[in-house]
Amino acid sequence: MKNENLYNYILGIADNSLILGQRLGELCGHGPTLETDIACTNISLDLFGQVRSYFQYAAKIADDNRTEDDIAMLRKEREYKNVLLVEQPNTNFAYTIARQFLFDIYHLAFLSELEKSKDLTLSAIAKKCIKEVRYHERFSSDWIKRLGDGTEESKQKMQEAIDGLWTYTDELFHQTEADKIMVKQGTGVDVTKLKDAYYSSVSDVLKEANIQMPESKYFQKGGKDGIHTEHLGYLLSELQYMQRTYPNMEW
Amino acid sequence: MTITEQNINKKLIPILEEVSDPEIPILSIMDMGVVRSAIIENNIVKVEITPTYSGCPAMDVIGDDIKAALKEAGYESKIDLILHPAWTTDWITPRGRKALEDYGIAAPLDAEADKDVLLNGKRIIKCTNCGSTNTRLVSQFGSTACKAQFQCEDCQEPFDYFKCLK
Repeated sequence: MKNENLYNYILGIADNSLILGQRLGELCGHGPTLETDIACTNISLDLFGQVRSYFQYAAKIADDNRTEDDIAMLRKEREYKNVLLVEQPNTNFAYTIARQFLFDIYHLAFLSELEKSKDLTLSAIAKKCIKEVRYHERFSSDWIKRLGDGTEESKQKMQEAIDGLWTYTDELFHQTEADKIMVKQGTGVDVTKLKDAYYSSVSDVLKEANIQMPESKYFQKGGKDGIHTEHLGYLLSELQYMQRTYPNMEW
Repeated sequence: MTITEQNINKKLIPILEEVSDPEIPILSIMDMGVVRSAIIENNIVKVEITPTYSGCPAMDVIGDDIKAALKEAGYESKIDLILHPAWTTDWITPRGRKALEDYGIAAPLDAEADKDVLLNGKRIIKCTNCGSTNTRLVSQFGSTACKAQFQCEDCQEPFDYFKCLK
């Protein structure tokens, strides 16, 4: 492939949205209330739409016979480059919201930098996506406050969710090899520079929600290199089932 | 600055106006502002459309519907999906806004007012049934990606609000 770095870079961005979109899609018909069910699946739909734009572009760069669907459905677990945070399961609603919130704050900051990319396609996708992600961030921040500042039980569950997911936040700011090359070319975003603003935005919302900001300095990593938690395999087996069982099937 | 110029061949306008959004059938795709250009080149119509929301499942259908409408008028066509400049609710025409309201969907406010409504719970969205502004946000997400759910506290009617996208 002529531009393998750009290809890998795009997948690194898109896989986060793909896997999180799949997680949220699991809630379709299973959300705690009708409104939150619809909200989570709407966000899922936005993320899948964004993924399509990225994968269509990646397929064009690969310039062989692969399609956006091949990239989405037919890779092996080790070839997915999403961060560990987004593959964590829907344990309970507080956990789903905390995962969403910790990603949304990052996603917003990331896209507002990607808008400035010298790569015009990536910049156009970012400009489109950021409008949608603002709604995601409003939704998740709102629920962090409602649960954190709600009943004793909802507060406890939200605190546990934030504590449990905290260990996956640092990975968002790790640079991959493709990242470094793309940053040098003016195409990519230097994620290391987003870190301070991220934790300060997160802290503002948590404060308002009466949730303690975790102090643990122990962080998990590996997703960006394809080393995932045990949860991703199960998610992929569901995501890929149709294409693996009935190759090339279409709606 | 957003570039909002459309380059549409006048001959094609009546044909394209007949194509509607499959999820909001009273709204023509022209009034929605998703058609960015339509030109005739060597007897082939080239149409560029832009999605409202990235994941909008209506886009594939809209593409097919445009093709069918043009075919009926005797044109072969090629449809391209473009992302830049990104669609905004500002591109919905006054006629489109009226069609939305008549259909029971409150038309998008400007960005500031939209924020007041969705974030600060300000009551300014007009109920599409009785016209009261005593309306409450039920959820920021509605039956499709572009809408939020509201309820009128006077007549109790639930209705959709087309969210501002800017």
